[in-house]
Amino acid sequence: MSGDHHHPVPLSDVERRAKALEELLVEKGIVTTDFIDAVVDAYAHDVGPMNGAKVVARAWVDRAYKERLLADGTAAIAELGFGGAEGDHMVVVENTPSVHNVVVCTLCSCYPWPVLGLPPNWYKSPPYRSRMVREPRALLAEMGCPLPDDVEVRVWDSSAEVRYLVLPERPDGTDRLSEDELAQLVTRDAMIGVVRL
Amino acid sequence: MSDHVADEIREMPGEAALPRANGELVFDAPWQGRVLGTAIGVVQGLGLDWDDFRQRLIVAIAADPTRPYYESWTAALESLAADFDLITPDDLRTRAAHIEP
Repeated sequence: MSGDHHHPVPLSDVERRAKALEELLVEKGIVTTDFIDAVVDAYAHDVGPMNGAKVVARAWVDRAYKERLLADGTAAIAELGFGGAEGDHMVVVENTPSVHNVVVCTLCSCYPWPVLGLPPNWYKSPPYRSRMVREPRALLAEMGCPLPDDVEVRVWDSSAEVRYLVLPERPDGTDRLSEDELAQLVTRDAMIGVVRL
Repeated sequence: MSDHVADEIREMPGEAALPRANGELVFDAPWQGRVLGTAIGVVQGLGLDWDDFRQRLIVAIAADPTRPYYESWTAALESLAADFDLITPDDLRTRAAHIEP
């Protein structure tokens, strides 16, 4: 895959200054990366990942919707009113008892904003980006998601052209839950594919 | 982050208010969330009141009302960091020139 697909535009001047401020202030001990991550997580709940969770819950309760979602993720997600920049070429990949999907962006941090909100910091870290391709089973196990040997792992490399969303398996014992209640069960990490529900 | 501070930030009035669409916060790119978190962390790390940042944000927005909200936010953080002798403009320029995507 060409790196050009990941970076159609270089970093803007303000993006560089913002990143430089973060780095320098962390180095000076004024603020920690963990703190910033925590704030980002808290505020991210205002934009997502609830959008993605609603998509997953709908797919769990509506077979026809699920078929449309897997056939054309962008269009099916737009049915629920979500989309726009960073989410206009969505591909949804389905977990099954024999297949586990996980999403990475090997070259930078391409991420489906409109459905998942802000990306966690580890998603952008070099170890995640390299190891998820090289040794996904080992890394998933370290992240608390050990997989049986007979489960195939599929790693999807996001780019500016295609953003992936994992459709987790519906947990057992949830037959009586409403669509809204089901959405509450769906986590950001499950839709990236680093946990199973 | 205390809930009190969180509410104070979420509910800032007027032009300093966080951008929203249908009541939900709007970020146009990941760096905007990072710079939001950095500013909150600095205010707390220095033991300042949120208003110390908010006043700089209002000044930054007034200085260039047409630029995107989080660019003004970044400018406000730059001014705060400079005023407290944390980062000189030269330090910032040098580091910014070396940021890798």
